[in-house]
Amino acid sequence: MSLLFLVEHKGGQIDDAVMGSLTGARQLASQLGVELHAMLIDPDAESAVNGLDTYGVEHIHVVSHELLTDYGPDAWAESLHQLARSSGAVAVMATGTDRGNEVMAQVGARMDLAMVANCLDIEPDAEDWVMTRVRWGGSLHEKARLSAPVKLATLAPHHTNPTSAGKPASGTVSRFTPDLDQSVTTTLVVERTTVSAGITLATAPVVVSGGRGVGSAEAFDIIEELADLLGGAVGCSRVVTNNGWKNHKFQVGQTGTVVAPDLYIACGISGAIQHWVGMMNAKNVLAINTDLDAPMVTKANWAIIADLHQVVPAISAEISRRQALADEST
Amino acid sequence: MSDFPSSAQVVVIGAGIVGNSVVKHLAALGWRDLVQLDKGPLPNPGGSTGHASNFIFPVDHNKEMAHLTLDSQEQYEEMGINTVSGGLEVARTKARMHELNRRMTSAKTWGIESWLVSPAEAQELVPFIDETVIVGGWYTPSVSVVDSLRAGTIMREYAQQLGALTVHPLTEVLDFETDRGRISAVVTNRGRITCEYVVIACGVWSPRLAAMAGASIPLTPAVHQMIDVGPLEILSATNNEIGYPIVRDMDTFCYERQTGGSMEVGSYAHRPIFHHPDTIPSNDQARLSPTELPLTMDDFDPQLEQAVELMPFLGDAEIKYGINGLLSLTPDAMPLVGETPEVKNLWSCAAIWIKEGPGTGKALAEWMTQGYPEIDPHASDIARFYPYMKTANHILSRCAEHFNKTYGIVHPREQWDSRRNSRVSTLGATTSALGAVYFEAGGWERPHWYESNASLLEEYRDRIPERPHEWDRRWWSPIQNAEHLAMRDKVGMIDLTAFAIFEVSGSGALQFMQYLTVNQVDRPVGSGIYTPLLTQEGGFRSDLTVLRMAEDRFRVITGGFDGARDAHWFRKWLPDSDCVSFADITSSLSTIGVWGPHARRLIERVTKDDLSDQGLPYGQWKHATIDSIPVTMFRISYVGELGWEVYTAMEHAPMLWNTLWEAGQDLGVVPVGAGVYGTTARLEKGYRLMGAELESEYNPVEADLARPLVKKADFVGKEAYLRAREEEPDAICCTLTVKDHVSASGIPRFPMGGNEPILTLEGERIVDRLGRVSRVTSAGAGPSLDAYLLLGYLPPDYAEEGRSLQIMYQNELFPVEVARVGSRPLFDPDDRRMKP
Amino acid sequence: MRILVCVKRVPAPGAKIVLTSDGQDIDSSLLGFTISPHEECAIEEAVQIAERETGSVTVLTLGPPEAEEQLRAAVSVGADSIVLLPSAQPDWDPLPTAKALAAAIQNLESESGAPFDLILFGNESADSGGYQVGIRVARHLKRPMVTGIKGIDLEEGSVSARRETPGGWEVYRLPLPAVVGVKEGINLPRYPTLKGRMAARKSSLTEMEPLVGSSGQSKVTLLSPPDAGTSVEILGESPEAAVRVVDILEELGLL
Repeated sequence: MSLLFLVEHKGGQIDDAVMGSLTGARQLASQLGVELHAMLIDPDAESAVNGLDTYGVEHIHVVSHELLTDYGPDAWAESLHQLARSSGAVAVMATGTDRGNEVMAQVGARMDLAMVANCLDIEPDAEDWVMTRVRWGGSLHEKARLSAPVKLATLAPHHTNPTSAGKPASGTVSRFTPDLDQSVTTTLVVERTTVSAGITLATAPVVVSGGRGVGSAEAFDIIEELADLLGGAVGCSRVVTNNGWKNHKFQVGQTGTVVAPDLYIACGISGAIQHWVGMMNAKNVLAINTDLDAPMVTKANWAIIADLHQVVPAISAEISRRQALADEST
Repeated sequence: MSDFPSSAQVVVIGAGIVGNSVVKHLAALGWRDLVQLDKGPLPNPGGSTGHASNFIFPVDHNKEMAHLTLDSQEQYEEMGINTVSGGLEVARTKARMHELNRRMTSAKTWGIESWLVSPAEAQELVPFIDETVIVGGWYTPSVSVVDSLRAGTIMREYAQQLGALTVHPLTEVLDFETDRGRISAVVTNRGRITCEYVVIACGVWSPRLAAMAGASIPLTPAVHQMIDVGPLEILSATNNEIGYPIVRDMDTFCYERQTGGSMEVGSYAHRPIFHHPDTIPSNDQARLSPTELPLTMDDFDPQLEQAVELMPFLGDAEIKYGINGLLSLTPDAMPLVGETPEVKNLWSCAAIWIKEGPGTGKALAEWMTQGYPEIDPHASDIARFYPYMKTANHILSRCAEHFNKTYGIVHPREQWDSRRNSRVSTLGATTSALGAVYFEAGGWERPHWYESNASLLEEYRDRIPERPHEWDRRWWSPIQNAEHLAMRDKVGMIDLTAFAIFEVSGSGALQFMQYLTVNQVDRPVGSGIYTPLLTQEGGFRSDLTVLRMAEDRFRVITGGFDGARDAHWFRKWLPDSDCVSFADITSSLSTIGVWGPHARRLIERVTKDDLSDQGLPYGQWKHATIDSIPVTMFRISYVGELGWEVYTAMEHAPMLWNTLWEAGQDLGVVPVGAGVYGTTARLEKGYRLMGAELESEYNPVEADLARPLVKKADFVGKEAYLRAREEEPDAICCTLTVKDHVSASGIPRFPMGGNEPILTLEGERIVDRLGRVSRVTSAGAGPSLDAYLLLGYLPPDYAEEGRSLQIMYQNELFPVEVARVGSRPLFDPDDRRMKP
Repeated sequence: MRILVCVKRVPAPGAKIVLTSDGQDIDSSLLGFTISPHEECAIEEAVQIAERETGSVTVLTLGPPEAEEQLRAAVSVGADSIVLLPSAQPDWDPLPTAKALAAAIQNLESESGAPFDLILFGNESADSGGYQVGIRVARHLKRPMVTGIKGIDLEEGSVSARRETPGGWEVYRLPLPAVVGVKEGINLPRYPTLKGRMAARKSSLTEMEPLVGSSGQSKVTLLSPPDAGTSVEILGESPEAAVRVVDILEELGLL
C-alpha cells in the first residue's frame, strides 16, 4: 500500500514548492502507515531522483514512453492513473500547481472519484478523511470530508517547508512504461517559446510590485529600476492590469501569479484580498504607502509612510551608493 | 495609542462633509479642545460623502434649505473647490413646466439667476440631448459641482491649524456614558474620552450611535442608485471634470452629470430600498466602501432606457461602475440638526447632503455657541418629532412615500398618504361622521374642512370666487370659505385637539415661566396670557398661550406642529433642582372651540355657570360644567369671534361635542375646519403663525407684537428685545391684498404663501438692511373682507398702507397693495366681535 | 462557430470575508454577486471569436435562480443565448457539477444536432477553486481539454491554445470540438453598454432541470484562516528611510 505522489521537475530540477508538498505527503504517509512513492516523468527524470530518498520516498517510479515527448495533461494523467492502479496506491497526490491540479483532475475524471484540490491539512481516518483546503485563493479555508476508495488530492504549494526525513528511505528506482495511445497526443505541448531567460515572477527572491499608487505606466520605470538592482522581478496589482499600465503576466494575485519571495516590496498597493492571497506566503513584506491605514501596511513587516515616487528612487540610489563604495574598496 | 486623548470639550463623531464642517465652524467660533473621531480611514472614511455626486442646484422652495444651500455654496467657493457648470432641469410634461415656473419663482425669491428655455435652447446648452423628448427646460447658470472630500480636508485642517482639533480615524465608538441625563464620556476601541459635548455627524450610522446614548436620530439609510458610463468622446473633448451643464431629467427622476470623460447617471426612480444602520458592511467587508453597495441592476434598468431616450449617445457607452449608494432619509425629508431631546449636550447633525453640508455644520456650531443659529433651523430641528414619529415603521413608511418625490412635483399643501391615523382624537368618529377631510397636524388627524358643509356653498355662492386652475384648487375646498362665512354669521365648532398642552408646576414655576416668556405671566390665577418665547438673540423661538391655573401651576398651550420642539425648549431650561416640574398633558385633554355671534347663546343653553362678560372677561379662564361634564372655559379667539376654547378630559370630548352640537342646531352651528382656523379667519385678523411669520430671524418689534411695556423679570432674549425696541425695525410684518388675480393666460390664480417674492413695480426684489428678502409668508382668502390676503415683511420704505407692489406667482406678476402695516386686523380692527 | 461558456455565480467580497454564524457559507447578505474573473474573460474571448468568425455564444450556468443575473450580464457583453440549470441546493461539489453540466450540454447539442465547436471554462472558480469541473466535463464529452490558457487562435478544425509558463509559453493544438480553460489576462473584458444591458433585459432565458448526483466529497465547514498577527515596524515617513531599507536588504542577504 502506498501514497503515490507526482513529482514535477524541470529538466531534472525540483523546486521548493514541490519539495514542500512532498514533505507534507511524507508526513501523511507515515500517519497512514503506508509507503511514500514518487512518480517522475521523463525526460530528465533520472537526474531528479537523487536525494528523494532523504525526503522519505521509498520507491521512485520513473515513467517513460515514446509519446511522452513533452507535458500533456492526458498523457501524464493516463500514466499516473495506470501506475496508481498497478501499484495499488491508496492515495494519489500532486502539488497544487497548474500542472498538478490539471493532471489530478484528469485522474479524478478517469477514476470518477472526487479530487480535493489545494489541501493544507489532512486528517486521515480509516474510512473518511477530513481535509482542510484552500478557498478564495487562501483567504478562506474549507473543511471537507472525503470518502473514496482511492483518495485524490493536491497539496497547496508553499504551505509546508521542505524538510528531509529523520532517516532516509530506501529510494529504490524502477521504470514504468504506461500503455498510451495516440489519443493522448491531442493535448501534448506542441511548441514552446521562451520570452525571457531572466528572473521569473513566480520564483524571484525579491518582487518589487506596484499598485494604484504608481499612477501611470510610465511611473513603473522606478519600480523596474529597483527590481533590476535587486535581481528581482516586477509585479503589479489587478488595478494596474485593468488600467492597462502593465501586462497581466506581471499581475500578482488570486487570478494572476502567486508568489512566495524572500521579500515582497509593495509600492502603493492597498492590499485588497485578491492581491493579498497572491503574496501572503512572502517571507517578508515591505510596504511603501502614503496611507498608514492601508491593509498592506498593517500586515507588512516594515513600512514607509511616504510617497513611493520619492522613496523608491531613494532606495535605488542608496543601493547604488553602497555598491559603488564596495567596488571602490575591492 | 498613547496619544489618544482622555478628555475633550467636544467630541465630534464623523469625518464626512458634516463632521468636518462642524469642527471647522466650532473652531472658528472659538471652541478649543475638539476631538474628531471616525471609524474609517481618512480622507474618505467610507460614508455617503465618499460617493456623493457632489452637485449643487441652489434653488429650493423651502427657505431654510435654500439658505443653507446658498451658504454652503459660498463656503465651497471660498475653499476654491466650487466648479460652476450650470444646471438644466428638463420637462417632458406640461405639469412639469408648471413646476419649472414655480421654480423660477423660488429662484426669484432667493435672488438666483435662472431662466426658462425652449427645447431648442436646451439642446444648444447641452448638445447631446434629444430635444424632441422634452417640452422645455429651466436653466440655472450657478449650478456647480464641488469636491466634497477635499472640502472636508480643508475644513478639518483649518481647525487643526488653529490648534483646536485632534483627529482620530480608525476609531470606533462603542458606547456613551451619561450623567443625570447629560452626556459625559465617549467609549471607543482606543479608549475613553470624558467630554462635555458630543456631536453625532455619522450620516447613515447616526441612529446606531444615538441609540447607544439612549437618544434617537430618526433616519434610515436608503439606496440612491448611480452608474458611471463612458468613455464618451464629446465629454473627454472638454478636457474638463465638467464641461457641460448637469441635466436633471425631472419627469424620470434621473440626472446626468459629466465626470471627466464619462457620464454619471443617477436615479431616484427605483423602488425605495432601505438598510438598517447595523447591517451596513464594515470598511473591510465592503468591496468598494460601506456605503457603496452592489448595484441591483434590475432596479436601474428602466432608467437606462429613459437616459438613452434623452441622450441617445449614451446607448453605446459602457457601464463602468454602478452602485447602490447609501444616503440618509428622514420621515419628512429634512435634516436632523440640534440637541437631541433625550440627552443633554448630545447634538445631532445628520441626514444632510453635500449641497447643504457646510452651511448646516455652521448652523450647528452657531447653535451650540449662541443658543440659536442665524438661519432659522425650525424645519431641521431634531426636536420636532413626537415619539411615535421616531419608530422604525413610521420612518420607513414616510421615507418610502417621499423617496420617489425627490424630483417629484410636491404641492405645498400636499398631505401624507402613509401612516395616517397615528394620532386620532376621541372626536374622530364624530367629526368623521360630519364628513371631515383631515389634514395632518403634528401627527394628529385634524379636520381641515367638512364635506357636510357643502350645502353652504349655495348660500354663499356669490362670495366664494372660483379657482379655475387645478393647482390652486388642489388640497383645498371652497367649503372652507363657506364654513368661514357661516361661522362669522352664526356659530362654529372647531376640533382643536391637536393643541400641545403642557403643565409647569412647583415652587419655582413662576420664576421659570417668567424666564422663558416675553410677556408678564405673573398675573392672577384665572388669567390667560399670549406670549412670544425668544431665542437668546431675540428672534421668535415660539409663541403660545399660558394659563395661570394656580399660584404655582401654569398650563401652556401651543400648536400641534410645534409641540415637540417647544417641549424640548421647556425641558432644556428646567433648573437642575426639582422646584419645577414639567409634564406634557396633551393626551389627557381635548379642546373644542366655540366661536361666532351666536356662541354665547349656544353656551348658555348647556351651562349654569356665569359666562357673561362680567362672569368671564376676555383673556380669562374658569372651570365650569357643561351638562355633566367638567370643563375649563378659556375666553380667547384666534378667529376673531366671541367664544371660548373649551377644555375637557379626552374621554368626555365626544359627549361635550354632542351637547354643544345639539344646543346649536337651531342657531345654525357648523363644524369648522383648520382651513378657517389656521388660514382664512387668522389672516383676516392678521394673526401671525409660528413657522410662517414668526421665526428666529424676526423679532417681536418687527412682527408688531411688542407690548407697550417690558416686564421687570429677566427672560431669554430680553437684552436683544430691549435693543430691538430702541431701534427702528428693519422690516415690519404687513398684510397685503391681491388687486388682480387674472394671469396672462386669462384665468385667475391664487398664490399659496409659498415664499412668493414681493417685488417693486419695476419687478425688483425687496431686501431689507439685514439682507432679508420680502416674501409671502402666508396667503389665503379673506371671505368676510372679499379680499385675498397675504402676509409678509416689508422694509419701512415700502411699509406704507396703500402702497402698490407686485408679487410673483408661478413666474407671473400680480399687482398687490399694502393693506395694513403691523398687526392691527383688517377685519374688525377694534376686536368688537370678540369683546362686545 | 458555436461556442459555449460555462460560468458560476460567486459573491464579490471586499478586503475581509465574513462567514455566516453556522460557518456553512460566506455571509453574502451585503455583497454583490459576479461571474468569476477567469470566466468573464472566457465570455469575452468567446464573444470576440464569435465576432471574428461569425458564430454564436451560449452561456450556461448551474446555480440558484438568482444566477439569472449573471447570465443576463453575459448577454449585456455580447452573449447570444443563456441557459440556467436552477438549483436550490447551495453547494455542488465538482463531480456532480460536471455531470450536470455535461448532461445539459448533451441535451443542448442533441437539440441543435451538432456539438459546440468550442467550450470555454474559467480556469478555476473564484470561490471554491476546485480546478476540475471543465476537465471532468470534457472527459465526459470525450473531448480534449487544456487549462491555464491565456491565448487562443482558431485554425481550420483545431484550436491553438497558449499557456504561460515561467519565462515563456507552451502551445497546445486541440482538434475541434474541444474544451479550453482560460485564465484572466487572455483579454480585457469589455463593460456592458447601455444598449447591451437593455438587450440583456429582454433576452429569453432557457431553463433546464439539472441532473442531481453526489460524490464522496462534502463540505463540513468553512473557516477563516488565523490572522498572521504581524506587527508592522514603521521605518520612516520620508525618503530618508531608504537607508534603513537597504540595511534590511543586507541583513536578509538580498544584495
